[in-house]
Amino acid sequence: MGLIAAAMEERGIRTVCLSTFEPIMDQVRPPRWMALPYPLGFPLGPPHRPELQARILREAFRLLEEPGPGPVRREYDPERDG
Amino acid sequence: MATLSDLSLKDRLWYHRYRFRRVEPLPWQAQGPAVERCKVATVTTAGLHLPDDPPFEKVKGGDYSYRMVPLDAPLTSLVCSHPSGAWDRSGVEADRNLALPLDRLRSLAEAGEIGEVAPRHVSFQGSITAPLRLVKQTAPEVADALIHDGVDVVLLTPV
Repeated sequence: MGLIAAAMEERGIRTVCLSTFEPIMDQVRPPRWMALPYPLGFPLGPPHRPELQARILREAFRLLEEPGPGPVRREYDPERDG
Repeated sequence: MATLSDLSLKDRLWYHRYRFRRVEPLPWQAQGPAVERCKVATVTTAGLHLPDDPPFEKVKGGDYSYRMVPLDAPLTSLVCSHPSGAWDRSGVEADRNLALPLDRLRSLAEAGEIGEVAPRHVSFQGSITAPLRLVKQTAPEVADALIHDGVDVVLLTPV
């Protein structure tokens, strides 16, 4: 995913990555990424939780405000806003 | 958050031996409109695609091809042909929004929280251990297609 992100950023598209697997992110280094407290295969948490999914996306898009350089990491805290 | 101990022994051994490719220095696109004015596309590695598309293949080095998912495709019709057993696909099979959150992006666009949802979204399969053709061919092709669609921001959802 880091290589796909690099192709986008090199061509002018900003990327935001959701990840549940920190060891891999440390290796592939996407430019902006949010660490999520869920198992592999659940980047937006448990299924059928539209409010949670929307909160995760809102929080992830805030990474676009970071001035850089990357990698920039933000942690999603499910307790923070319920 | 998953940890290395969540992987099978085989996958852990692979992880410790594998040399991950990355681009140095890290590309960083600094400029761009505020998110409220951005057109957003999603790129996942969950291996989801339209039912009539060819499935991803289990080939040495990993299948570096991609499938386009139009915004108007019914999410529940998408099939997952990712060949890796390293992740639990039950969530994505129950709710495709976990990998391609197109319903959520639509709601955010309707609420004015993002500018627009892109007309096309993209699915790769992960587990591409020999990524040369991904780097040289398919990732740039996808980037060019998204630029053609006027995309400002890509949400990446690896699984």
